[in-house]
Amino acid sequence: MLTNWMPTSAEYFRFLPEIILTAVGTLLMVMDAISERRGSPLYGNISIAALVAAAVASLTAFSDPGPAFSQMLLVDGFATFFRILVIGVGILAVLASYRYLDRENAEPGEYHALILFSVMGQCVMVTANELMMIFIGLEISSIATYVLAGYLRDDKRNNEAALKYFLLGSFATAFFLYGVALIYGMTGSTNLSTIHTVVTGVSPTIVAVSAGLMLVGLLFKVSGAPFQIWAPDVYQGSPVPVSAFMSAGPKAAAFAILLRIFMTAFPSIGAGWAPLVWMSALLSMTIGNFGALTQSNIKRMLAYSSIAHAGYVLVAVTSQSDTGTAAAMFYLAAYAMMNVGAFAVVTHLSGKGEKHVSVEDFAGLAVRQPVTAALLTVFLLSLIGVPLTAGFFGKFYIFQAALQSHLVWLAILGLLNSAVAAYYYLRILVVMYMKEPGETTLNLEPLGMGLSAALLLPAAGTFVLGIFPGLILNFAGKSAMLAR
Amino acid sequence: MTLLDIVILLPLVGFLVALLIPRSNPALVRTFAAAMSLMTFLVSIGLISGFKNDAAGLQFETNVIWIDNPQIHYHVGIDGISLWLVILSTFLTPIAIVLSWRAVKERPKEFYAFLLLLEFGLVGVFAAFDLFLFYAFWEICLVPMYFLIGIWGHDRRIYAAVKFFLYTMAGSVLMLVAIVYLYLRVGGGSFDYATILSAIQSGRTPLTSTEELWLFLAFFLAFAIKVPLFPLHTWLPDAHVEAPTAGSVMLASVMLKMGTYGLVRFCVPLFPNAARTCSSWIIPLAITGIVYGALVAMVQPNMKKLVAYSSVSHLGFVVLGVFSFTQMGMDGAVYQMLNHGISTGALFLLVGFMYERSHTLAIADYGGVATVAPWLSTVFLITTLASIGLPTLNNFIGEFLVLQGSAQVNIVWTVFASLGVILSACYMLWLYQRIFFGKASEEVEHHITDLTGREWACVIPLIIMMVWMGTYTQSFLTPVTNATARLLAPIAGTTHTAAINGGSQHAH
Repeated sequence: MLTNWMPTSAEYFRFLPEIILTAVGTLLMVMDAISERRGSPLYGNISIAALVAAAVASLTAFSDPGPAFSQMLLVDGFATFFRILVIGVGILAVLASYRYLDRENAEPGEYHALILFSVMGQCVMVTANELMMIFIGLEISSIATYVLAGYLRDDKRNNEAALKYFLLGSFATAFFLYGVALIYGMTGSTNLSTIHTVVTGVSPTIVAVSAGLMLVGLLFKVSGAPFQIWAPDVYQGSPVPVSAFMSAGPKAAAFAILLRIFMTAFPSIGAGWAPLVWMSALLSMTIGNFGALTQSNIKRMLAYSSIAHAGYVLVAVTSQSDTGTAAAMFYLAAYAMMNVGAFAVVTHLSGKGEKHVSVEDFAGLAVRQPVTAALLTVFLLSLIGVPLTAGFFGKFYIFQAALQSHLVWLAILGLLNSAVAAYYYLRILVVMYMKEPGETTLNLEPLGMGLSAALLLPAAGTFVLGIFPGLILNFAGKSAMLAR
Repeated sequence: MTLLDIVILLPLVGFLVALLIPRSNPALVRTFAAAMSLMTFLVSIGLISGFKNDAAGLQFETNVIWIDNPQIHYHVGIDGISLWLVILSTFLTPIAIVLSWRAVKERPKEFYAFLLLLEFGLVGVFAAFDLFLFYAFWEICLVPMYFLIGIWGHDRRIYAAVKFFLYTMAGSVLMLVAIVYLYLRVGGGSFDYATILSAIQSGRTPLTSTEELWLFLAFFLAFAIKVPLFPLHTWLPDAHVEAPTAGSVMLASVMLKMGTYGLVRFCVPLFPNAARTCSSWIIPLAITGIVYGALVAMVQPNMKKLVAYSSVSHLGFVVLGVFSFTQMGMDGAVYQMLNHGISTGALFLLVGFMYERSHTLAIADYGGVATVAPWLSTVFLITTLASIGLPTLNNFIGEFLVLQGSAQVNIVWTVFASLGVILSACYMLWLYQRIFFGKASEEVEHHITDLTGREWACVIPLIIMMVWMGTYTQSFLTPVTNATARLLAPIAGTTHTAAINGGSQHAH
C-alpha cells in the first residue's frame, strides 16, 4: 500500500509555514551570493514578508488541525499558539535589526536567512509530537542561533558569545539526545503519545533517568538554574537584536517542548520530576533576580532578568495542570513582547560598536526622547508586573496555577522575588526620568521606522493583554489540553 | 453607567488627554488638569446628594464582567465609608493641582498627568468591590506617586521614591497571594468581595483557624505598611520629606488611608477571629506608634519631617479604633481618617507655601513669621489647633470617639493612647511658637509674604471642612455609622456564638 506512505496535500498544508520559511531563507542566501546590493533593506523586507506569510499559513493550517507525516508533527492549538509566538518574535527582531545592521556595517543577507532558519527550527520544535522531530527542530534553531550570536565576526565579544553558546549548547543537546536514546531503547518508540501509554510498563528507574537527562538539556535551553550560567555572557556578547531574539523565541520554543514532552509523555511520573522543576524554578528566580541587582550593563541585567522570568514559567510547569500550561503560554507571550521591546530600546541607544550599554547611558532619556522613554517604561512596568500590563496578568495566572496545585510556598517565594526584581527595573526608570541627560542621550538619533514599529507593536500588545487578557488566555486555555 | 463610574473614569480620561497636550504649552496643561479635577469633584458631590442613608448594601453599584476567565468583575460601589474617602480624594486632587501652580516648573505636563492618574487609582481603590480590581487599583496608585516623588522631589528623592515603591510592593505581593488563595478556596470562581465575604460569614466554606491567621497576616502586612503602623513606618518620613508639596499632600491625606481603609474593609470583616486574636499585639503596636511618633515629631528640626511623624502618631489612633471592635471605635477610626486627611493635608500645604518662599524646611531658619505674614499665621494656627484636637474642630471628634471606643474595651490602652493627644499639643504648639513668634530675622522679613489669592483658594476649603466636620459632625458620621454597624454586626455575632458554644461545651 504505497499510497499510505505518501503524505497527503492536507499534510503539506499543515507544514506550509516551515516550507515558506525554508524557501525564503534559501532564496535570501542565494540572493546574497549573487547580488551586488550590499546593506539594502530589501533583505529585511523580504524576511518580514516571509514571516508574515508564515504566520498566515500557521493560522490557516489551524483551520484544519491534525497530524502530519506519520504522526511526526501535530498541528493543534498549542502548536499554532507557539508558531505565531516565535514568528512574531522573529518579526520584531527583524524590525529592530535594520538600523543596527546598517550601523555595524554587517551584511543583511545571511543575517536574515539565519533568523528565518532559526524561526523555522522553532516552528518544527513546537509542532513536533515525536522526539526525533523535536531534536531536529532544536538543532536547526540552535545552530542558526549560535551563528547569529557571533554574527559580527570581527568583534571579540561576539566570538566569545558564540563559542560559549555553541560549546555549552552542544553539551546540553547531547544530554537531551541521551535521554531520547534511553527512552527509545525502553519503549521502542519516539512518539510522545505512544511513550505515554507504554511508559508505565517499563523500568521506572530508566524512565526517570531518561526524563532527567531530557530535563537537563531543556533547562539549559530555557536558561533555568542550575544550567543558566551561559546566559549573561552570551546575551551580553551577542548583537543586541540577536539577544532580543534569543531571549524570547528559542526560549519560548524550548518551553513549548518542555511542556509537551513532560505533560504528554511523562505525566505518570510527575511526582518524580516536579520537585526537580520546583527547585529549578526557585533557584532560577532567586539567582536571576539577585544577580540582576548588581549589574551595571543593561544587556547583562536583562539576561539575569530573563533567567528569573524562566523561573516564573517553571513555576507554571511545576503546577502540572492545564491551568499551569495555559499560564505558561500566556506568560511566554507577554514576556516575548516586553522583553523584545526592552531590548529594542537598548538597540536604539547602544550606538556604533555597542559602546553605550550601561544603565547610566539611559540618563535623561525621558527629557530627550519622551516617547521612547514612555515605551520603555511600559515594558519595565510590565516586567515588574504592575496591573494593566501583560506582565501582571502573566504573573497572576502563574501564581494562581501554583496555588491551585497547592504550591503555596513556591508562590510566596516567587512573588517576593518579583518584589526584589522591582528594584533593578526601577533603577532604569530612575536613571531615565530622574537624571540629567548624558552624552548618550544628548547625541541620540531619532527612532527609525523599523525600531518604532519594534517598540510600538509590543507596547500596544502589552497594554491590550494587560486590559483584555482573555484575548490570548482563552485560546491558551483551550489549547493547553495537550494530546496524550 | 452610574455617577460613580464617571467619577472613576474622568481622571483617567484627564490623564490620557493631558499626555496629548503639547509640551510647549504648560499653562494649558495645568488649566486643563485643574478643570478636570474640579469637574470630577463636582460630579462626586452628586454622590453625596444621591446617597441614601437608610439603604443597605452598596449604592451607585456597577457589576459587569471584565475578564471572563478567571472571572474578574468590574464591581464598584460605595457605602458610607467609601463615600467619604472617594470624596476626600476628589476634594484634595484639585487643591494639590492648584497649589503646584508655581512650584512645578519642570516637566509640568507629566506632573499634572500623574496627579490625575493618582486620582484615578485612589478613587478606584475606595470604590472597588472585587478583590482583584481592588488589587489592580492599589498597585496603579504606586506608579504615579513613585514618579511624583522621584522626579519633582527634593535632594534625596530617588532614595525615597525607590524605598516607597519597594516597601509597598513587598507588602502587596503577599496580599496578592492571599487574594488568589481566597479566590480558589472560597470564591467559587469569583473574586467578588460580597461573594467571598458571604461564603465565609455564612459558614458555607469556613476557613480553618490556621488559614484564617495566615490570610489575615498577608492582608494585614500590606495594609500595615501603607498605614504605616510602627515599626513599618520608616519609608514614610523619607517619602514625605522628599516629595513635592502636592505629593506630600496626596500621600498623607489620601494614600495612607488606603491602608486603614483596607483594614476596615477587608481585614476585619473577612478574618474576624484572627483579627481579634492578633489585636493583642496590634493594639500595643498602635499605641507605641502613637507615643513614639509624637516623641520623634517633637525633636525634629525639619518641619516636614515633624508633620510626617505626627502622621504616624495620628494613624495609630485609627488602628486603635479599628481593633477595638466597638461601634464607637470604628466610627472614630473612619472619621479620623477623614480628619487626618484634611488637617495634615493642610499642614503639608502650608509648610509647602513657606518652603516656596524661603526654600528651607528647617524650623530654626524661621521665627517671627506672624509679624510679616499675619494671615498665613492665622491659618496655620487654626490648622495646628485642628491637628491637636481642639473641640469644635474636626480631629477632636475622631480622637474622642476612638478613645471612648477603646475605653469600652480596655482602659489601660486608653490611658496610654491619650498621652498622644497631650504630646501632639506639645510638639505642634512648640512648632508654632518657634516659627511664628519672636522677632523676625532679616531673611524671614525679606522672603516671607502673606498668602496670595491662589493660596487662599487652596486653604479656604480645608479650613471650612475643619470647622464643618468639627461642629456639624452628624452630616458626615451618619452614613459612616450605618456602614460600620453593618460591618460589625456579623463580627459581633461570630464571637457571640463562639462564646455561647464555649459556654454550652462547659455545660456538657
